[in-house]
Amino acid sequence: MTSHRSVRFRRDWIHGWLLLLPAMVFLFAFTHIPAITTIINSFYSTPRGRREAKFLGLTNYERLLDDAVFWKVLGNNLWFALGTIPMSVALAIVMALWVNDKMAGRGFLRMAFFTPTVLPLIAVANIWLFFYTPGFGLIDQLTSSLFGWSSVNWLGDPATALNAVIVVTVWKEAGFFMIFYLAALQAIPVTLTEAARIEGASRWTIFWRITFPLMMPTTLFVSINAVINSFRLVDHIFILTDGGPDNASSLLLFYIYETAFRFWETGYGATLTVVLLLLLSLMAIGQFFLFDRRVHYK
Amino acid sequence: MSTSAPLHISGKAIELRGISRVWDGKPAVDELSISVPAGSFTVLLGPSGCGKSTTLRMIAGLEEADGGRIEIGGRDVTRLPSAERDLAMVFQSYALFPHLTVAENIIFGLKVRRTPQAERQDRLEKVAELLGLSALLHRKPAQLSGGQQQRVALGRAIIAERPVCLMDEPLSNLDAKLRHEMRLEIRALQRQLGFTMIYVTHDQVEAITMADQVVLLNGGKVEQAAPPRELYTRPATPFVARFIGGPPMNVFAGAALPAVEAACPGCLLGLRPEALVPDADGPLTTTVTGVEYLGADLLIDCSLNGAPLVVRVHGQREIEVGQELRLAFAIDDLHVFAGETGPRRDDLKETLGPLMRS
Repeated sequence: MTSHRSVRFRRDWIHGWLLLLPAMVFLFAFTHIPAITTIINSFYSTPRGRREAKFLGLTNYERLLDDAVFWKVLGNNLWFALGTIPMSVALAIVMALWVNDKMAGRGFLRMAFFTPTVLPLIAVANIWLFFYTPGFGLIDQLTSSLFGWSSVNWLGDPATALNAVIVVTVWKEAGFFMIFYLAALQAIPVTLTEAARIEGASRWTIFWRITFPLMMPTTLFVSINAVINSFRLVDHIFILTDGGPDNASSLLLFYIYETAFRFWETGYGATLTVVLLLLLSLMAIGQFFLFDRRVHYK
Repeated sequence: MSTSAPLHISGKAIELRGISRVWDGKPAVDELSISVPAGSFTVLLGPSGCGKSTTLRMIAGLEEADGGRIEIGGRDVTRLPSAERDLAMVFQSYALFPHLTVAENIIFGLKVRRTPQAERQDRLEKVAELLGLSALLHRKPAQLSGGQQQRVALGRAIIAERPVCLMDEPLSNLDAKLRHEMRLEIRALQRQLGFTMIYVTHDQVEAITMADQVVLLNGGKVEQAAPPRELYTRPATPFVARFIGGPPMNVFAGAALPAVEAACPGCLLGLRPEALVPDADGPLTTTVTGVEYLGADLLIDCSLNGAPLVVRVHGQREIEVGQELRLAFAIDDLHVFAGETGPRRDDLKETLGPLMRS
């Protein structure tokens, strides 16, 4: 009886591992091993030609502390996060509230808001490039005919380049986040709003006291995603500004790409990557602790 | 009002004058007129789809009336938003705010209307004590049982001392035992506090046991509005007769008895199961088609010339399926209706009663 059971147990155990194996191989080969290799590489010099990588200890990290471009790019990234996250989340909530109401053309509006998410950025960037073109771009034409402003090189001026990229990102992300808020809104029973209305609550009170708190799990999810995205998105920089002028619109990941694959400094690139990963995990954990008390899970 | 005074609410009368509500061209509520006296307990009763919930939601202001007038305490509120109608409502699902504690749920309305903190606290204590919620004030709704959640919803409804309280099937999510307790409790609360109650249900037992006035609706119209006793003893139409009573009244076409059909073509006859008595010399000869044993009682299904009848007798009786059963009844227990929708014809009772032989 017991031996029969132990054989059976071992068989289940082997089956279990066999089923896990394919996924595990891919996960290790493409996620875990590269991540560990990156951490190891960050302590070595970049191998060049016949010169092998040499163990440097913390030298790469010391170089990072003195790297003015790194600090500039990190600052850019913080500004970029501050500019995109609250704005796109707020817009997403407003759009979701709007298209959740019963009204004519609701389906069309939902589609219109979601379109930027579906469209590939490479294709859309052409339109945005035209909007931003100095002189005859849409924005310049509007500002010059309405306010008589002179032409502005929105993407070419260090003062405006990053903000111009922020606008495109908000436009791209808000519709995506709207879908999550729309789902959250539809999960809130209508009777809660009705009960609040009978108690005399205004639309504004209902939003702040009922709807918004009940959407907190969504806000947590969306804001973590937004933070990760703000450090992860690079495609729009490639197309719109290429990080310039003078790194004015360069973000951390773009800088890592340049260091590792344009200047071929893989060792220093690995160091930057480790720092980025640390930052991201710190922020995700921080958000969980910050929100956790205020999130009501059903 | 002095804050230490016991809770008391003076109810307001509600008058519905020909209100309608149309869904996709079909009237859900069809020129409905109902008078609800101040401080009374009125139940809107009817099968699902009869328009009772829609009527309640129109009174609450959650649904716009397509026609007619709604008056609360003599004031026309037909076009006013819910908040200005000065009423409270308890929902079937209770509609408690899941992220707020019991205390916050109960004082939600007071807070929205900026009642001073001290008064809020004072009223909360009184309501919590009245409903036995004092120990639960810091819990979230998810940590409460169904009956406790129901009490919180009641608390939220009565704390503002509104003159009118509306309830939409508030007991349908509770088990049978709890439903019985809450029925008594809600009725006692309404008597004690004195507000006007409009209560929607499809359960005739709730209606009969709680109401001062029952309004039985069918297809968006009033079938009968009367006190429970009258609804049972003098149903106005065959629909009411078949809806009230457990099991409901036997209503059958006079055609089952040729002598009756000749005297009053198209008439319907009604006899309650408890009004029929097995009697060897009884005038009605029937065949037993089924027997249902309920413990104290026995329900006998039988057939009178093809018309099905249910008879309620004492549970100890032995009855066999297929046997002949002769039934007697008192003329006073007979109900006569002029037709399917038609009115009562009490004047025909004395004429038709003796003709009922088979």
